[in-house]
Amino acid sequence: MQPMSEKFSDEQILEGLGEIVEEVAGVSPDDVTADKSFVDDLDIDSLSMVEIAVQAEDRFGVKIPDDELANLKTVGDALKYVSAHS
Amino acid sequence: MSNVDVVITGLGATTPLGGDVSSTWDALLAGRNGIRANTTDWAERYDLPARLHAPLAVEPTEVLPRVQARRLDRCEQIALIAARQAWADAGYEPPTEEHEPVDPDRLGVSIGTGIGGPLTLLDQDDLLEEHGLRKVSPLTVPMLMPNGPAAHVGIDLRARAGVHTVASACASGAEGIANAYQMIQNGRADVVIAGGADACIHPITVAGFCQSRTLSTRNDAPERASRPFDTQRDGFVLGEGAGVVVLERAEHAAARGARVYGRITGYGMTADAYHITGNHPDGIGQIRAMEQAVRMGGLSPADVGHVNAHATSTVVGDVGEAAAIRKALGEHVLVTAPKSSFGHLVGGAGAVESIIALLSIYHSVIPATRNLENLDPKVGLDVVAGEARKVELTAAINNSFGFGGHNVALLFTAA
Repeated sequence: MQPMSEKFSDEQILEGLGEIVEEVAGVSPDDVTADKSFVDDLDIDSLSMVEIAVQAEDRFGVKIPDDELANLKTVGDALKYVSAHS
Repeated sequence: MSNVDVVITGLGATTPLGGDVSSTWDALLAGRNGIRANTTDWAERYDLPARLHAPLAVEPTEVLPRVQARRLDRCEQIALIAARQAWADAGYEPPTEEHEPVDPDRLGVSIGTGIGGPLTLLDQDDLLEEHGLRKVSPLTVPMLMPNGPAAHVGIDLRARAGVHTVASACASGAEGIANAYQMIQNGRADVVIAGGADACIHPITVAGFCQSRTLSTRNDAPERASRPFDTQRDGFVLGEGAGVVVLERAEHAAARGARVYGRITGYGMTADAYHITGNHPDGIGQIRAMEQAVRMGGLSPADVGHVNAHATSTVVGDVGEAAAIRKALGEHVLVTAPKSSFGHLVGGAGAVESIIALLSIYHSVIPATRNLENLDPKVGLDVVAGEARKVELTAAINNSFGFGGHNVALLFTAA
């Protein structure tokens, strides 16, 4: 786990999200790009999204409340959120 | 008498003897042993008196894709593995949106389990205790619920006629098959994927069975521990496994030219209403279950040549069942007790042992009961021992009894 205060580059966040999505949902990290929708493009269900959020919180030292999670439709949304809050 | 012919067209299993039906069957015929010393750190830590178990021969994670496996409890994993095998064995392609080999509205699932997902329940409870809410999996409830195995099989094989779970402890797998047969009799389905599964080898279940004094403590000789009907038997060995069959309306199977292993023509299901773990001393429920099965199949007891016994290797249970068999069917039946080879698969037992009974008819050979060195004189039956016995069979019964006083007898006949 990374320390809470560290600032991550967009590349680091994208790489981290790719690894988390692969671990939880078996999607190839190459497919985890900013334009992709978690549900429509990557076929990730709401249960897996909860797991992805918890792992992202740990990895990037951010808090993702449920009402914010609901707004993270694409990988790009998640990237922006993590970048702004880490 | 039943009015709809029901045949069995597919078989699947994963057991302590093998990862599928053919390896399990071959190991049984060869007299191989699936019981191992329980060398886990917890057996030592809790100073458990019984340190034997019968783990799966093939880990489910070696068979299922990683991501699918992590979303399933172990019990769900093995039910799905056995169901896919049975489905393929019946000659069906994996269903897709574009290609559904059986009309989903005419395809059902009936898979029982004795305990369901205790491994998930306990693991997730540990996570909650140690790390708090955030680390609890959102899949906790669907992984621990007892209908999870049937539900996952239903989703995977696209079954919409009805997906059902029965829980009758060690009779669950057999009752799952009986209910599937009834589903076809009632006209609710043409094809039903049926059986049972359990994977509950965990410190708490083993400790609980230890405290009820039902497990063998022959720790120095695992291969000799499970010995149904032998004078030196001292309890059962906890195993894990799943068995699934494809039941099919005979006309449906004939129309597609399916291979038929045999038929299920009757069942008996009764309750003792006597004691939560012990059998009724007069075997009244067991006797009635076997009698009902024979009657439903339109046979007489003399027609039944073989019983695949529940016989778990407990002191009281084995001779009680033997007496019930003599009373219900007579002394002519050849008996075998496969728990001598792979232990007690709990909810998987009745299904896996039904498959063995069916294959005994299909291949005209009864696997031997391992470790039968001195037949308890109170048994009074011809128990196949030493080596497998070749014999033509037209009808066989599988017995499965469960904690709670559940008694299930299934009647299988030759194709």
